Amino acid sequence: MDSNIIIKLSNVNFYYGQSRALTDISMNFRKNKVTALIGPSGCGKSTLLRLLNRMNDLIDDTRVEGEILFEDKNIYASDVDPVEIRRKIGMVFQKPNPFPKTIYNNIAYGPKLTSTNHHDLDALVEQSLKQAVLWDEVKDLLSKSAMNLSGGQQQRLCIARALAMKPDILLMDEPTSALDPISTAKIEELIEELKKNYTIIIVTHNMQQAARISDETAFFYIGNLVEYNKTEKIFTKPDVKQTEDYITGRFG
Amino acid sequence: MEEKRHTSSHYEKELQEIKNGLIFLGALTEKAILLAMKSLSERDSDIAHKVIGADDELDKLDTELEERCIKVLALRQPTAIDLRFITTAIKITGHLERIGDMAVNIAEKAIQLNAEPQLKPYMDLPRMADIVAEMIKNSLDSFIRNDLSMAEKVRQAEQVTDDLNEQIFRELLTFMMEDSHSIHRSLMIMQVSKNLERIADHAKGIADMVTYMVTGECVRHQTCELEEKEPA
Repeated sequence: MDSNIIIKLSNVNFYYGQSRALTDISMNFRKNKVTALIGPSGCGKSTLLRLLNRMNDLIDDTRVEGEILFEDKNIYASDVDPVEIRRKIGMVFQKPNPFPKTIYNNIAYGPKLTSTNHHDLDALVEQSLKQAVLWDEVKDLLSKSAMNLSGGQQQRLCIARALAMKPDILLMDEPTSALDPISTAKIEELIEELKKNYTIIIVTHNMQQAARISDETAFFYIGNLVEYNKTEKIFTKPDVKQTEDYITGRFG
Repeated sequence: MEEKRHTSSHYEKELQEIKNGLIFLGALTEKAILLAMKSLSERDSDIAHKVIGADDELDKLDTELEERCIKVLALRQPTAIDLRFITTAIKITGHLERIGDMAVNIAEKAIQLNAEPQLKPYMDLPRMADIVAEMIKNSLDSFIRNDLSMAEKVRQAEQVTDDLNEQIFRELLTFMMEDSHSIHRSLMIMQVSKNLERIADHAKGIADMVTYMVTGECVRHQTCELEEKEPA
């Protein structure tokens, strides 16, 4: 696999029961880039995102066909531990979902569970909060409940929590849709910063957000990958008419 | 291919109004050029005064159109074809406004020339004005219809106006060499010709933007097919 490619999908199909949600998807995600997945509701973009760290395993009666290579290994191979995959490929959800614990323990919880080496925890908590640009706001509140933070702070805490597991990839499922414009701007700024060290794949309904923060954009429609190109190209002169109709609001 | 309508009918209407505004502004500038030339060829300065008086209306329309475009950029954040349409519209309105100013320049020269005995019957100038008016019309038609071949036709016609301008210049040079009393009038006619030639440049500018709007490719600084075939 090309060293710039971190995930490679080949002929991936995904089924909820008998219903096919993704059709023959082949695409590569590039390392240290932000890739946006866009498309109307029900197009399969969130399904695809959840496939990448085996979150769909948790849903009954689902089936994956094809191959998803990460570090040259099919993440759906029988000898692959999904928990290990989720450690390397972290996820941030639409609604901030901190644990009802202290700020410190929100970050330390995952590393405590997966590592026996606990004496670096303080440093890891500080480093993760700094990476999520939250440290200055919460450094004196580490023993307070995370539930007292604002929505935007909670979302950055969730990002810090994901970073504490030292992942290679961060999956984000509409991470700012529940946030106000200032918090959204902070998360977007953070994403720009994080891509130096991480690969980010983000699902968003906000076209301008996709245009602002992503390097590459993939447009999905009814389970098909319609167009995948550099973001600048998609938003100025897309190759496919269907993409143009969608991003210019001519759909439906 | 018929363009699908936007889900938002208000947005659709805003874009259509910009398009209509440009057609209207284009028609007014075309009329201004033809009237300015009529004033010259029929030696009727009243017509020229009307052209000069109508320029405020053109300027007002230009400002209004630009404001509409900026409003769409700010409020709708257009992308892809809509983005290319709006940026093209902003450029076109600027070109048309400048064309209007040049029609005024021609009208001003017509008033001065009409006050003196006619140097010679005007032959090439009205021909050039017809070509230029046609170029404006075609460039706007290509914009409305997304018609690349018509835009190319405009780009090619610009070379013809360059040649005509040069021919007029050479002819007037002979007049000036033969009779020093003709210098002042010759220089004014040269300026009329130069203004027509610059109007053709603006029409080509519009055609270039149409090509960008349709293809996403910037051709502003490329030579057109005709120029490539016939090196100077």
